[in-house]
Amino acid sequence: MLNPDRRQLLQSSGYGLGWIALRQMLAEASPAGKESAAQSSGLRVAQQSAESQLTVPSGPHFTPRAKNVIFLFMSGGPSHLDLFDPKPTLNRLHGETVPRTFTESLADPVIRGDARCFGSPRVFRRYGQCGMEFSDYASHLGSCADDICMIRSMYTTSSNHDPGQLLMQCGTVLFGHPCMGSWVTYGLGSESRNLPGFVVLLSNSGEGVDGGTALWSNGFLPSNYRGVTFRNSGDPILHLSSPQGVTEQMQRRRLDAIRSMNELRYHQTQDPELTARIESYELAWRMQSAAPELVDFSDETSSTRALYGLDQEVTRPFGSNCLLARRMVERGVRFVQLYHSTWDDHSDLNQHLKKNTDMTDLPAAGLIRDLKQRGLLDETLVIWAGEFGRTPMHEIRRGTTPGKEGRDHHPFGFTVLMAGGGVRSGAVIGRTDEFGYHSVEQRMHVHDLQATILHCLGLDHLQLTYRHQGRDFRLTDVAGEVMSSVLT
Amino acid sequence: MGGCRVFNLMLVGLGFARSLFGCQQTLVAAQVNTGQVDFVKDVAPILASRCLNCHADTAEGGFRLVDESAWQHGGDSGAVFLPGNPDASRVIQRITASKESGHRMPPEGTPLSETQIDILRSWITQGATWPTQVTLKSPKMAAADHWAFRVIQRPDVPELTSQAGYRVLNPIDAFVVDSLRRREIQQSPEADPLVLLRRVTLDLTGLPPSPDDVKDYLADVPEVRYEHVVDRLLASPHYGERWARPWLDLCHFADTDGYLTDQKRPVAWRYRDWLIHAFNHDMPFDQMTEFQLAGDLIDSPTEDSLLATGFLRNTLSNREGGADLEEYRVEQIVDRTQMVGTIWLGLTLGCARCHDHKYDPVSQKQFYELFAVLDQADEVNLPIPLSGEQSLFEQQYVEYRRKRDERIAPILDELKTLQARWEAKMLEAVANPGVSPIWDRQWEVLGLIWGGELGEGQLEGCVIVRTPVEQRTADEKDRLLDYFLARGSLIDEAAFSRLNLATLSSELETMKKSVTWPTRAPTMRQARQPRTVSIHTRGDFRVPGDLVRPGLLELNHSSPANGIDDAESQITRRNLSAWLMDKDNPLTARVAVNRAWQEFFGRGLVDPPDDFGLRGSAPDHPALLDWLAAEYRDNGWHTKSLHRLIVMSATYRQSSAFRADLHQIDPRNALLARQMPLRLNADQVRDTVLSASGLLCRTIGGPSVFPPQPEVVAKEGFSNVWKTSEGEDRYRRGLYTWIQRLSPFAQNVTFDAPPTNSICTRRDRSNSPLQALTLLNDPVFFEAAEAMARQVLREDHQSDRERISALVVRALARPATDDELDVLMNYLNDQKQLVNSSLPDQTETELSGTDRTVVDERELRVWAGVCSVILNLHELITRE
Repeated sequence: MLNPDRRQLLQSSGYGLGWIALRQMLAEASPAGKESAAQSSGLRVAQQSAESQLTVPSGPHFTPRAKNVIFLFMSGGPSHLDLFDPKPTLNRLHGETVPRTFTESLADPVIRGDARCFGSPRVFRRYGQCGMEFSDYASHLGSCADDICMIRSMYTTSSNHDPGQLLMQCGTVLFGHPCMGSWVTYGLGSESRNLPGFVVLLSNSGEGVDGGTALWSNGFLPSNYRGVTFRNSGDPILHLSSPQGVTEQMQRRRLDAIRSMNELRYHQTQDPELTARIESYELAWRMQSAAPELVDFSDETSSTRALYGLDQEVTRPFGSNCLLARRMVERGVRFVQLYHSTWDDHSDLNQHLKKNTDMTDLPAAGLIRDLKQRGLLDETLVIWAGEFGRTPMHEIRRGTTPGKEGRDHHPFGFTVLMAGGGVRSGAVIGRTDEFGYHSVEQRMHVHDLQATILHCLGLDHLQLTYRHQGRDFRLTDVAGEVMSSVLT
Repeated sequence: MGGCRVFNLMLVGLGFARSLFGCQQTLVAAQVNTGQVDFVKDVAPILASRCLNCHADTAEGGFRLVDESAWQHGGDSGAVFLPGNPDASRVIQRITASKESGHRMPPEGTPLSETQIDILRSWITQGATWPTQVTLKSPKMAAADHWAFRVIQRPDVPELTSQAGYRVLNPIDAFVVDSLRRREIQQSPEADPLVLLRRVTLDLTGLPPSPDDVKDYLADVPEVRYEHVVDRLLASPHYGERWARPWLDLCHFADTDGYLTDQKRPVAWRYRDWLIHAFNHDMPFDQMTEFQLAGDLIDSPTEDSLLATGFLRNTLSNREGGADLEEYRVEQIVDRTQMVGTIWLGLTLGCARCHDHKYDPVSQKQFYELFAVLDQADEVNLPIPLSGEQSLFEQQYVEYRRKRDERIAPILDELKTLQARWEAKMLEAVANPGVSPIWDRQWEVLGLIWGGELGEGQLEGCVIVRTPVEQRTADEKDRLLDYFLARGSLIDEAAFSRLNLATLSSELETMKKSVTWPTRAPTMRQARQPRTVSIHTRGDFRVPGDLVRPGLLELNHSSPANGIDDAESQITRRNLSAWLMDKDNPLTARVAVNRAWQEFFGRGLVDPPDDFGLRGSAPDHPALLDWLAAEYRDNGWHTKSLHRLIVMSATYRQSSAFRADLHQIDPRNALLARQMPLRLNADQVRDTVLSASGLLCRTIGGPSVFPPQPEVVAKEGFSNVWKTSEGEDRYRRGLYTWIQRLSPFAQNVTFDAPPTNSICTRRDRSNSPLQALTLLNDPVFFEAAEAMARQVLREDHQSDRERISALVVRALARPATDDELDVLMNYLNDQKQLVNSSLPDQTETELSGTDRTVVDERELRVWAGVCSVILNLHELITRE
């Protein structure tokens, strides 16, 4: 919430709300001290009209370890067992029914009747000086092992996609809550003057994200904190380019005429919202030139392009978004959320997994490497995560076809990767049991992950709150613990 | 403390006096890191949540735990604590006693946790000091004092008449002016007549006034013209469209299921159209309430009352494979319970889903009692024919029936046996989950896919299977048979192939298609088997706690509805509706008029409008709120009368111009010394632009439409497709745009339309560059500019300047000023040059429609530019 003296300052400043908007948009030019903490979200113009809450980012609660986040969201639930978490016991028992001794110990026996162990067909090997294990499908990520913190002890509380994704992004399976990117820009603002502070990038093969736009919703936060979708076909931002036949000069003249007309009206009504509207149009104009520059990769060297796999058709969609993400954080975008879907491999796991890792493994590794070589990894937190893992047993629910086995949704244990700002490198945190079923050591719930991410950004998850329906809400609901074992 | 008495009061959540909160923060700050137990932070919450229900107002055992002196005084048996000696203190002895001893406190519910006991011990060891200034209140005491829980008494209207700079036109003004006068603040003057015309037209119909409306208004007698307009607008069929919008936000109406698969609900619009109709006919709010909550339970349900129950059908349906049927059914009931809580009571009931409400007098038990009322209903779609459908259907049906029965007759008995076996297998699986995964799955699939993409009740198939055959309707039998033929072969593959049931299935499908079935509509029906409901421990339906009976909340007003004190009869949705609309219900009327007020002033008298509980905001004008509530309640709940009252007030008619004198003392305009300029909502932005351009199609009602939008938008959700509508459906009012929950219409999102997964009581009004980009560049809006240009070029005008004047009136419903005309003329001339240089060749374009005059392409470009400037003005998307 806005701290009282700042609120007072704004209210007694004698300026209209338009002034506040202007100050926020120009925040990077503001004097040091409190004002500069209130970095603007590039989109935050006229913090809500007068009838609504005024909100200004509080700035970090303590010294941040990272400034920006790039969250690679692997929608659908990638299999931890075939990428990051090798299980020799499971492999040994492949095809056999799950030992009674194990099923009887389960508190929540989702393993039904004739479930059989499904050993991973993948080959694991150790990477880097740290010797972290990755499967052959994740060899590129493996080559970054010494920069990665691998958390093998994640667990979640929902086993359906939509609620599971909501939990991961918004901290609750209930609707109407803000997502992480909204919380972070609400807390920290953005450092970009020409771009939104919270951007969503979708790369999928025509299949959307299970949770839909609720995943980048501002929830009960003011709508300025909603994620702005950048598209990988057509205009990067919806309606960014001028209508057909309208030249840049014509567009500018149009804006000038709109501005003059708005100013005339302002002289009559003195509506501060009107000055904010004028500024919105100017910002839109700047975005019209900034965004094309952003998505124009012609200034990238061929080796950088290769790093992200832009030279190959299969890696290009996800790779372009990874490169775009880097260019965004370079330009001050606070939170970049990538979605890749879908890892929902109920059948033919081996083939589907290959398809997804072929598309993403190289670019994700390229992103980490590129950030590092540019000195950006220290201030950028990269997260690679899905909403849950997959069962150590064959898919039962939909039946199996020999040779085409898949794995079902699995909430009790899965793996998440982190790299960069504030997290340990070359470290493996926690473990699952010998079947990869339950997270058993240094268990880390989704809320703990969220608390830890906020912590890296200098935000205390207990303090980053917003009053809604008479209660202070936060990302981590009523739970969440910062996992110090993850931090440097 | 006195002898042990067991009393049966529910323990209701934590409830401090409001004043404590401020004090709490200071104390907490002062005591950080001292290692000491802090009374306010640590002790008071325990006392409040576990002790005060009996030891505050009721003083069981003569012991009150509310302030320092009461604490010192102890109870009937003397002191309850010995400073420094916790073990000898009676309070510790009692809270640690075993339940069997009959001495344990609290006697009901779980014992205090060890942590809680340790805190109390430490506090006594520390000396058990009760800070002098701190008073605790039980939730009940706090609730009894709470303004919103007091029965609404009609306040006296201040006796004021218009005088010295103040205009008092009706009682609303008397309340507002009374408060302004005391503060020596001037009312704002009445808005400019045309600003007022545009304001009231937008507020009552969601559309801007047309140039003819402007002309008529200016020609009418000044003293009465405003009233004439108000009456015309209240009678307009567009009134219902405008007022349906906020209600649809509340019940989070959409055209799809939500969740992963987000399947279509092609008949969801039937409820939306009912709502428009109800507003247009000024259906009293009590009747609207009864119809929507219990339209199937009234004495003689009508098509109208059944359509209204579609209100309860706006909850989401999860049809994702593997989704637990009961889990998501429970989510729906929780959603409905919250809807009742928020929409009628202005309470945050959702908090009590997992635990007793922390601030308001709503226990978890009460939440599930209310839940139990709503749990006794099932989702079913009913054929409710549109006009003209029924007679055609009846003719066709006779033949269909005959053919169908004939086709099935030869194998009827065998089929019956087979289907019965199939049903029995599934029911056996439901009763013994985990034993047979394939039959578990068969049941699950029935519950997941029944009526998918048709917006039918998802669990209706399961309900039919659970209904004894002889009690099923003919329609139910047919539809279950159809499902069985298509998907039931698991029971006996051999029999299916021997009887050739796949062929039968497809033949029956074809047969069905030969009939024009009456359009169906989503409704609710009382469950055939009453459901027993338990408290869901910590909100988890898999962990049932105590059984509860359907019940209502205990607000201050005494008996719920008539006849339900009887232990045998169950409280129904109809009782619920009667209780909500009872004249002594302190919340319903206040909450309803507050939301109406919000629509006319941008902000409710209570803001935010969704919490009238102890943590909510107090009203800015309590007497005005209560007077309006009493007026609404006592005069038959006529919404149009309420709206008329508000818009006829001088308060509403004030200018919205910025006032420097108010900005500092009243930045939120709580005092109402002016109107507020409000950015139009997403629908209105669209409607206004389309209306100014002449493209708007004013057809009311019907299936939702798919106006053009970039293809990528629909792709944000899980394999959604947006099949763009043709013809005039591209230009319908925003209200009719198809609402896909997972990937909503982009224009709407940009202009702050809320997500449709949960209740929205108030829309945001943000101001973002994305809005600028949309208005500038969205092909839909640019098309509007072109259409507007075409139209004005077809018209006969003396000069460019005059032509521009006409455009401004069309868009802004007021004449342009000379300065504005100068700006636009300059722009026009500038554009002429630019376009001439960029388009050297003479090209011509044909106008569509009846007027086939050929317009010069360059001319059109130039004028489309001018129109686009006008359609981008802040004023255009603002109601001043």
